[in-house]
Amino acid sequence: MPSLSLNQRALLLSVVMLVVGLLAWEAAIPAQKAVGELTEYERLTGGGVPKAGVPPPSQVIAKAWQELSNPFYDAGPNDKGIGIQIGYSIYRVLSGYLMAAVVAIPLGFLIGMSPVAYKALNPFIQVLRPISPLAWMPLALFIIQDSEASAIFVIFICSIWPMLINTAFGVAGVRQDWVNVARTHELGHLKTAFTVILPAAAPTIVTGMRISIGIAWLVIVAAEMLVGGTGIGYYVWNEWNNLDLTSVIFSILMIGVVGMMLDAAFASLQRAVAYAE
Amino acid sequence: MTKPFLSIENLTQTYPDGQGGTMTVFENATFGVEKGEFVCILGHSGCGKSTIMNILAGLAEPTSGVVVMDGREVSGPSLDRGVVFQNYSLLPWLSTLKNVSFGVAARHPEWSKAEVLEHSRKYLAMVGLEGDVIHRKPSQLSGGMRQRVSIARAFANHPKLLLLDEPFGALDALTRGTIQDELLKIWGDSGQTVFMITHDIDEAILLADRILLMTNGPFARVAESVEITIPRPRNRTAIVEHPNYYAIRNHLVQFLGKRSKELAGQASDGATQSPETVRIDLTDAADEPTPEPRLRAVNT
Repeated sequence: MPSLSLNQRALLLSVVMLVVGLLAWEAAIPAQKAVGELTEYERLTGGGVPKAGVPPPSQVIAKAWQELSNPFYDAGPNDKGIGIQIGYSIYRVLSGYLMAAVVAIPLGFLIGMSPVAYKALNPFIQVLRPISPLAWMPLALFIIQDSEASAIFVIFICSIWPMLINTAFGVAGVRQDWVNVARTHELGHLKTAFTVILPAAAPTIVTGMRISIGIAWLVIVAAEMLVGGTGIGYYVWNEWNNLDLTSVIFSILMIGVVGMMLDAAFASLQRAVAYAE
Repeated sequence: MTKPFLSIENLTQTYPDGQGGTMTVFENATFGVEKGEFVCILGHSGCGKSTIMNILAGLAEPTSGVVVMDGREVSGPSLDRGVVFQNYSLLPWLSTLKNVSFGVAARHPEWSKAEVLEHSRKYLAMVGLEGDVIHRKPSQLSGGMRQRVSIARAFANHPKLLLLDEPFGALDALTRGTIQDELLKIWGDSGQTVFMITHDIDEAILLADRILLMTNGPFARVAESVEITIPRPRNRTAIVEHPNYYAIRNHLVQFLGKRSKELAGQASDGATQSPETVRIDLTDAADEPTPEPRLRAVNT
């Protein structure tokens, strides 16, 4: 196919893989016998009740259509539309994430500018960074006494490290030549920070922000499974308790789609601040 | 004796040598630069030329000694001393025009935005950058164009002293020639005092009023101050015809090739180290006896 561009060929291959994968999945699920085909004994022993099993893709697609055509309905605590659940999760992720950014970026600037601050804070960062964010959950619940705020705190604590470390790294790595340009033009500290160091370090900082948002989205699902009530994590767990695997698979896919969109937003921010030397 | 416009007095730079001792780059270096003068400093790598440059720019502190410019001691960088760095040092996220205008805005905070841009455009045009080019990012410019931007940025600020740190080191010979001509022209119009580091003997003869020769380090010193007795305006094709050209050039080649090593490594024992003035002028035979006959230099 010499006439197709690289992108077209890749797209074609993706579609083929999707279709083949879905067909294989569909074929792999054994069909349940219709009630009419059962013997009386089978019916008496409960054979007619639909068995829980991994649903075929056709059911997942039907479920997705049904959920996405009315994403914002609210029929009580355990029955909310997927849009509402995702909305809660995004709200928690963004609140925790923004608080982390407000702390991490200025602090990272300070650490990057000052070798003393770097050396002084480094041991704390190295100990705190590898802690699984969920390990903070019991402490957060006890101190904050509010499950909603605790989930946000967990997002805060997991988002802070990549942003802090990347900001410090980016600021410390700003070429001395550029700093010298600022110095020979008598720019003040604040002016230098905003007109030279920030744009120079921006690609590294935004990379840290992109890593953080990815981690935050991973963590929110687990955090909501623990705190419950609302959110996409809670939704997955609730549907598991209902043994509704169709909904579980559908929500797993939705987690992936939202995560991809968050990442794409930061990828475009990254392109906006990138520069070629 | 009145002090020159720029006076470097007993400048000493030492670094720890990593074994508890110190390594002296240069010691008690003393020399001056007059207002409006174009001075080049020639020497081998590692003799401390760039260190002197950084001290003049205020980007580095000498171990001891002072630099006095226009009656005031230099401490820290200032807009009065413009620097053109070897690697251009343009800010890659700004357009060519913005790279110049941010400097102009820093120099003249009272100017309106339009005035700043107008002034920046004027200086970019002086180095031959006009039209769409000035909206490009430095990464989209050739090395020669980048260095032109850097020169425009420095001249646009009218510093009292312009420091050029091997500005043409990374350029090919043809581009270098063109920009040297542009530099001569823009300097001729401005009357700026210029202090320039270079490795290139011909470049130094073409541009400078005076060439300072440095011996090799450690304990490097500014050993000679060679006057370039070729009248201005100079032109690269005409100056080679001048009777003084090869005499001066040979003297420089001899110094860099031989005497810079012989004179190296002598501690000053606290004595002030001023360069000895050398004047080579064959046009006026009565002035001075011809320096010892020299071989025609092999280009290094």
